[in-house]
Amino acid sequence: MILENDRIEQRVLKPMKKMKWSDIFEWLIERVFFICAMFAVFSVAAITIFIFIKGLPAISEIGLLNFTLGSKWKPSANLFGILPMIAGSIFATIGAIAIGVPVGIFTAVYLAEIAPPNVAKFVRPAVELLAGIPSVLYGFFGLVVIVPLVSDVFGGAGYSLLTASFILGVMILPTIISLSEAALRAVPVEYKEGALALGSSHINAVFTVLIPAARSGIVAAIILGVGRAIGETMAVMLVAGNTPRVPGSVLDPIRTMTTNIAMEMNYAVDLHFDALFGTGVVLFVFIMILNLVTYFFVHRNVAK
Amino acid sequence: MKTLKSAGILAMILLMVFALTACGGSTENASASTSTPAASSESTPAETTPAETSEPAAAEEITVNVSGSTSVLPLAQEEADAFEAKYPNVRVNVNGGGSSQGVKDVVEGISDIGNTSRNLKDSEKEFNLNEHVIAYDGIAVSVHPSNPVTSLSKEQVQGIFKGEITNWKDVGGNDEEIVVISREDGSGTRGAFEEILKLEDESGSLVSETALIFNGNGGVKAALASKETAIGYLSLGVVDESVKPLEIDGVAPSVETIKAGDYPVSRPFLMNTPQETTEGAQMFIDFILSDEGQAIVEDGYITVK
Repeated sequence: MILENDRIEQRVLKPMKKMKWSDIFEWLIERVFFICAMFAVFSVAAITIFIFIKGLPAISEIGLLNFTLGSKWKPSANLFGILPMIAGSIFATIGAIAIGVPVGIFTAVYLAEIAPPNVAKFVRPAVELLAGIPSVLYGFFGLVVIVPLVSDVFGGAGYSLLTASFILGVMILPTIISLSEAALRAVPVEYKEGALALGSSHINAVFTVLIPAARSGIVAAIILGVGRAIGETMAVMLVAGNTPRVPGSVLDPIRTMTTNIAMEMNYAVDLHFDALFGTGVVLFVFIMILNLVTYFFVHRNVAK
Repeated sequence: MKTLKSAGILAMILLMVFALTACGGSTENASASTSTPAASSESTPAETTPAETSEPAAAEEITVNVSGSTSVLPLAQEEADAFEAKYPNVRVNVNGGGSSQGVKDVVEGISDIGNTSRNLKDSEKEFNLNEHVIAYDGIAVSVHPSNPVTSLSKEQVQGIFKGEITNWKDVGGNDEEIVVISREDGSGTRGAFEEILKLEDESGSLVSETALIFNGNGGVKAALASKETAIGYLSLGVVDESVKPLEIDGVAPSVETIKAGDYPVSRPFLMNTPQETTEGAQMFIDFILSDEGQAIVEDGYITVK
């Protein structure tokens, strides 16, 4: 103890006396930064622990297989199978990718390679604005415009997997466009110059050289988009019809894991309530897997 | 070129100034509007309380927290407005959340009153709450205003919601597929609807698994108003011209038909309090059950007397 004090004294006394104040200040600021950093870590830990503590008992009571593979969600009959919700989340996300990824990547290529500066000047802010629109407004737009449109064109109620996929596809566009564009711009210009020098056309060079070179960045962009799509609640709730049933076609209604929690949380009691936390656990596991995959891709990118 | 640039900058500065002043103005307005009720609630009790000898501790601020069923919410809010106007020292905060949430809130002490739009379940009876029936409500089976169907039998409604009748032409309408709209599991309106129309048995709800599910009375109303071939059910109190309530067995849902017992789909509105009911909560319930409070109930709902 004494020794330690001596050492600290030495260290503090060694520089001029004037330095003392700035040393304390430095130390203080470092602690503040540390506390801020720990705040995020603590939040993540608290949320994780809370969801698992609340959700795991329900899963073990219902049975893991009955819970995740049961195709009937009927709380009034004590049937808690969330397969329809897992399927709903996965199908809606696949639909969002099918719509959002091609459009997003082509837009990114256009912005990075083709667009004349004065066109890019208003495409880019438009994309950024798209990212800033609150999700409930996407849902509202979907409810008023897309649902009747789908109903008129394809028949059925209009509240469907297709409608939800379309809305989600538009929602993930900004993520995919901005990250893909950054990945494309990060490709060394010599790659393209080399391809062009070998006689390749511009578009050919984009598809055979640029996009493969930016592949891991683009995949990371897609996975982040998937993360957004799978976690979206409000917009989906308004347009998906929310029927807890595995959809048989793209025109059938779906219920996702997030909307299942949001819709029934206020009304649930007892095991029903806990089963919603169980849904949260499954959703959490999905997000964890996605994050691991993203980490893997980004990491591989750096290693290269 | 240079003058154009500086003109642009000038325009931007002007815009910013406008925006800032606009912001300033709106916040002033906001603070002014929030300060007025506070001021009035401070000044008026001083004048009125000496006359109100029956109310003890009238000078101090009392807050009553109410939560629960979204069906009871509109009525509770109107009662709260009238109640606050009569007793300016009392604040009533009315929230939704759903019937089950209302019970949970009261048991956990978050709310003073928990509203339910159905009778308490057996698991909820265990909490030993004081149940007060404040009104009765009809559940209106409704369709889009353009639907030619005006009346259904009880059996037809059952068939439609069970998914046995799937085309409007089978019940006298157009040749169009019926879009069935229901409420989320646990909803008081759904619970009461299924109970009254025998759409439940020991294996739970019998409502078709393909039914679309919407959140709250508002969600159902919005869906019905936008879908010509849809059918759904909602609290009679929230029915307006955007949807068309159907006759059941030839009886249209209305305050008179429900009171007479002719319209079959009705349920009680309950306000539940813990055994140690707070003073404010008791005052509020007494007010609702008084003639004055029941006069408000009469507008769209059915009184308890």
